[in-house]
Amino acid sequence: MEVAQETLTTPAPTTAVEVSGSVALLEALIVEGVDTIFGYPGGAIMPIYDALFDYNDKLNHILVRHEQGGIHAGQGYARTSGKVGVVFATSGPGATNLVTGLADAQIDSTPVVCITGQVFAHLLGTDAFQETDVINITTPVTKWNYQVTDANEIPEVIAKAFYIAKSGRPGPVLIDITKNAQIQKFNFQGYTKCNHIRSYRPKPIVRTQYVQEAAALINQAKKPFIIWGQGVILGSAEQEFKAFVEKSGIPAAWTVLGAGAIPTEHPLNVGMLGMHGNYGPNVLTNECDVLIAIGMRFDDRVTGRLDKYAKQAKVVHLDIDPAEIDKNVKSTVPVWGDCKETLPMLTKLIEEKKHTEWLNTFNEYTRKEIEAVIHDELNPTTPEMTMGEVIKQLNEITKGEAIIVTDVGQHQMVACRYARFNKTRSNVTSGGLGTMGFALPAAIGAKFGAQDRTVVAIIGDGGFQMTLQELGTIMQTGIDVKIIILNNRFLGMVRQWQELFNERRYSFVDIQSPDFVAVAAAYRIAGKMIDDRKDLPAALNEMLSTKGSFLLEVMVTKENNVFPMVPQGCSVAEIRLK
Amino acid sequence: MSNQDTEKQEFNITVYTENQIGLLTRIAIIFSRRKINIESLNTSPSEIDKIHRFNIVITESEEVVHKLVRQIEKQVEVLKAYYHTNADVIWQELALYKVSTDVIAEKVSVERLLRENGARVVVLRKDYTVFETTGHREETDNLISILQPFGLIEFVRSARVAIIKDSDGFNRKLREFERLEPGEEVIENEYLNQGEKVFTM
Repeated sequence: MEVAQETLTTPAPTTAVEVSGSVALLEALIVEGVDTIFGYPGGAIMPIYDALFDYNDKLNHILVRHEQGGIHAGQGYARTSGKVGVVFATSGPGATNLVTGLADAQIDSTPVVCITGQVFAHLLGTDAFQETDVINITTPVTKWNYQVTDANEIPEVIAKAFYIAKSGRPGPVLIDITKNAQIQKFNFQGYTKCNHIRSYRPKPIVRTQYVQEAAALINQAKKPFIIWGQGVILGSAEQEFKAFVEKSGIPAAWTVLGAGAIPTEHPLNVGMLGMHGNYGPNVLTNECDVLIAIGMRFDDRVTGRLDKYAKQAKVVHLDIDPAEIDKNVKSTVPVWGDCKETLPMLTKLIEEKKHTEWLNTFNEYTRKEIEAVIHDELNPTTPEMTMGEVIKQLNEITKGEAIIVTDVGQHQMVACRYARFNKTRSNVTSGGLGTMGFALPAAIGAKFGAQDRTVVAIIGDGGFQMTLQELGTIMQTGIDVKIIILNNRFLGMVRQWQELFNERRYSFVDIQSPDFVAVAAAYRIAGKMIDDRKDLPAALNEMLSTKGSFLLEVMVTKENNVFPMVPQGCSVAEIRLK
Repeated sequence: MSNQDTEKQEFNITVYTENQIGLLTRIAIIFSRRKINIESLNTSPSEIDKIHRFNIVITESEEVVHKLVRQIEKQVEVLKAYYHTNADVIWQELALYKVSTDVIAEKVSVERLLRENGARVVVLRKDYTVFETTGHREETDNLISILQPFGLIEFVRSARVAIIKDSDGFNRKLREFERLEPGEEVIENEYLNQGEKVFTM
């Protein structure tokens, strides 16, 4: 068994130095390669902020407007940079405000390390001012959490936190540090990164036999179908995945979080899976003979009704998390492991093929979907604009090079369906948790994580009002985020369900909004509102060419529905085109 | 799917863990989140120093138990989790019964009670007597019904402890584990009740 030892440490002090827990924490962050922290100060984290005052040149602290904004920004940063997002918050309300973001990061496997201040250790359990039991509150929504009450623990605990957050199936980690430990001076022996914890196995051992069995199934298949998820991106296995897809010649479809792992325009990329995914990928899931699932977890929004999901198919499931294998869909061959390792093994064993006829079946469905849905959504003849045509126009200008950050609801589904992605790590959205209010702060973080790229946040009028205070963060940092509000004056997705399943009983989905452009202006952010199609290209160009942030509000059709749709409780084969 | 996978029965889940504060919650919520009732839970040291052992009993289908065990094993501080049917383990529960000594002495032959129920007297006082039995649920239950008519004052039963009939394999691995990478002492809060010695603001 290997024993943990990594050479990378802080310039090894010849003698231990006496530092505070706070200083040790910041030194640890620097060794971990942290350059950006999203945070908000408060009483119980003041010693850390005091230490941070002297680290201004090494650590860029972004003052957010709400801790939820902080953690969503950390998530956005992690998603575009591939690094760990770091978030600071104080005890009590500061920490509880992180919970939504933690749950979001947990379900979407986003590596985030949150540092929360906590009351003095001797006050724990006394209902002290701003004391809350953060460890127990966050246990269900963290991959790991730990309370530090003694400064001596800090180097080792922070090392573990980063290792756990980013290794294996990534996830959020929360470290709660009592105020006395932040102040306490101790002998700091330097910082050593962690690369091993004895009770923790980030990657299951690859079983060659299963890889061979999977290859045999794939080689015999007449109508194989690849469905991939974010695991490909989290494992940085895009190249390995592309090689596998191209050699096998198998049509491949993506989950929302997998989008962009191979370009939208790739000839074997047949589209999006799930409730609002494309027609072919959904219908043909129930016609393929071998279903190859890679780094995805068979979420109910992808599978629809499980007892009618791909029952005819043999299932090959590649996943790094053994708990995902057979959780929702029983696999014929489970390929445990990191797909960056297992995909090349598999590629080596499979025959080079072209499934031309089978691929044509997908293209035939695409043709039907264009006819029934896509054409009218992207080229509407209605006086009002559609969400789809806005995305189409945006594609024409960005050429698929932009990072698209979306919130949750109709605009999210439309953006995921129609946005072009040439590059990986370009689609940032709240997939599993469906967190409205995610997009604006996540877009800020996304830009900090990929400063050379254009970041466009696409947000609904409802979701924007959940976290619009982060416009303040944009104002203060001068970060360049383009914001498109697709305003349909409704909570559109709920309204769509009410229309389709609740006899148009529109219960509390009629939402009024402020003058968004005026709100932006109040934060000294340029903006524009358009409600006429002929202004769209110019407005998008103006937005993208303006230096700094820009808010573009586009008034779109009030009662448009996102189709196709697999109604809840239905099989993927029962997908509706209208 | 076979009936065996979907039919509910008692399962004994054995979990080897680090000795870490908060881990009990992390494991317990895996059940409560899915609205599964833990029928019995025992945590204790294992045969290896610094490695803890949970014994958890639930009534569920094997399919569900299998998934639960994978979720448990996924936790960072869990070394290994297993599940077994009752047939695969040797298990015991301990029960204590408090009865008025007067009543017992007058109405029942204590000696006969003890003999017939495999019980022993733990405490014998003028005012009450405490009996103890060890065994399966039916056995400890049996004595309740016998003592109930005589005014059972207090009854308590322990969680189940279970030894896996076939557990030699993991014991060796565990020992090797601890030899190569010794566990750490848990750091508990030494500051509690020392408020006056600590600066606050």
